[in-house]
Amino acid sequence: MSVDVGNRHADIVADYRRQSPAVAERFSRLRERPAILEVNKLGRTFGTHAALQDISFNVRRREFLSVLGASGCGKSTLIRIVAGLETPTSGEILLDGKPVHSSGPDRGMVFQGYTLFPWLTVKKNVMFGLQMSDKSKFEAESEAREWIALVGLTKFENAYPHQLSGGMKQRVAIARALAPRPRILLMDEPFGALDAQTRAQMQAYLLEIWRNVDVTILFITHDLDEAVYLSDRILVLGTNPSRVLEVIENPVPRPRSRDQFVAPEFLATYSRISELIHPPHAEDQGRIVIPRMTMAGDDVE
Amino acid sequence: MKRSNWLVPFAPLSERTGFWLTVASFLLPLLVWCAVSYLPFIWHPLVKIEEPGGVSYFTVGALVEKPVFAAENAKMLEAGEPIAVGVPANPVFLPAPHEVAQAFHRSFTTPPRRAGDKWLHESLWHSIQIISWGFFWSCLFGIPLGILSGVFGVFSKITEPVVDFIRYMPAPAFGALAVVVLGIYDAPKIAIIFIGTFFQMILVVANTTRKLDPALIEAAQTLGAGRPQLLFRVVLPGISTDLYNDLRILLGWAWTYLIVAEYIGASSGITFFINQQAKYRIYDNVFAAILIIGLIGFTTDRVLAMLGHWFFPWKRDANPGLFAMWKQARGVQEAVS
Repeated sequence: MSVDVGNRHADIVADYRRQSPAVAERFSRLRERPAILEVNKLGRTFGTHAALQDISFNVRRREFLSVLGASGCGKSTLIRIVAGLETPTSGEILLDGKPVHSSGPDRGMVFQGYTLFPWLTVKKNVMFGLQMSDKSKFEAESEAREWIALVGLTKFENAYPHQLSGGMKQRVAIARALAPRPRILLMDEPFGALDAQTRAQMQAYLLEIWRNVDVTILFITHDLDEAVYLSDRILVLGTNPSRVLEVIENPVPRPRSRDQFVAPEFLATYSRISELIHPPHAEDQGRIVIPRMTMAGDDVE
Repeated sequence: MKRSNWLVPFAPLSERTGFWLTVASFLLPLLVWCAVSYLPFIWHPLVKIEEPGGVSYFTVGALVEKPVFAAENAKMLEAGEPIAVGVPANPVFLPAPHEVAQAFHRSFTTPPRRAGDKWLHESLWHSIQIISWGFFWSCLFGIPLGILSGVFGVFSKITEPVVDFIRYMPAPAFGALAVVVLGIYDAPKIAIIFIGTFFQMILVVANTTRKLDPALIEAAQTLGAGRPQLLFRVVLPGISTDLYNDLRILLGWAWTYLIVAEYIGASSGITFFINQQAKYRIYDNVFAAILIIGLIGFTTDRVLAMLGHWFFPWKRDANPGLFAMWKQARGVQEAVS
């Protein structure tokens, strides 16, 4: 993440739009799948400030779609509207072709703050959504156990959230969101609060879960590497007002690994997004001039 | 040698230091009391007569002021009569610790002076009943109203402004009214405790409810929780620990209203006991009774704190009970030795 963008530019030979035959074939199959989530001309204004303007996209079955944008671009507002936690000023959300207006178990959500219920054990947290759908306690318990096993926390099923590390908490949150079998899993910068190593583990973990569980994912992030590493398509949001700049079909082939971070397709996609989010002229404006405050000759570089 | 960090802002104390400071917080006032009582040169403004000598109005055991004692003795010396003998003493309203300790025992074992009066334990039991009923009615209406106000803007706007207005009216001000409406026995006293805690309780509980992390509500919504489930499966358990602590504090307030409440109508309970003893000038018993109130309140709170650990196993408590602290301190000592 600390790699200099300019250097990456120099290395690029590939065009981010050029897809290998395997990737192109994957995308053509993906396009044939039905759309789970359709967002049509969505708008949200706060007073006179337009947070979101004319946002339209769809997420197809079993697709992994990331929404990427600089902080303050309204990506959180977008996913909260999809989850039914906020109401749009205009436009509509369709889930399996039917409009949705309030939150429901058909759209599971993983938040950046872990939002586990502190008074419930890991098992009871995962059971929460199952019990909301009138499942018997016995049924809910056995299903919850399976989901906990899936995220590898069987040993901790009777622990309380405060006894877990950040990564473990977020695994419980994923299990809890998946347990009611949502049509789509919404993730709002889920790994933003984790340290770099745990985040890398969790990303690999999420890909593993997505591969093995029938679930569609809408993922919000501001981390370019994360978006390119995880997604099929990347929706780039601009700021002021926030609208869709481009929906990029990620040319990096699957299965993914961290070795691909230096692959030409990866770098091409990375630099394209970087260009979209930080236009070249904006960088000069952001440069700050610091007066020299050291002794002459006391150079560190 | 480690530099002490006692005066570093917000620096945590070790368990052991914390325990001994807690002990000291009780011992220090006791030491001051002992010093004032047993060291004759500290205060002792009076002289207790042991031998009246020639002074006609001195009697054995009487307390006279030091200047008077000196003046009378000077007169006796001049007249050539035997002088009075006495020892420095504190006023009768400041009994020594051992006298209060004796009274503590005596007040439970001596029968009341008059047939109609009550034993100390009967008075105490009566007071505890008044408090419990007042607090019970207060909780019965205050907690649901507080939670509703915290959760729903409609309830908040329709109750809180007027409650905020009423809570500034001192509960004892309703005393006369309570007697007219409810008679002179227990009912008006319970009403005063109720008035004293109920209105505060609504506001405190509403505030606690509003402090619940809204993200938990949102998480529950995305898991398919409906309105009743949000209230009973998220809000109630979510605020339970804070609510429990609020009630502990409010119960303390109920105790502070007790004495005033018991003055209303026919004086009763511990207040009646204290007044009777003061009337008989048995101040040791007065002190004993006041200490007992403190002791009951403190013990109740510690017991509730310990029960809290048991009720809410998910709560990491930054303020462990006295017993837990004592055990920890013992553990540290054993580890050291």
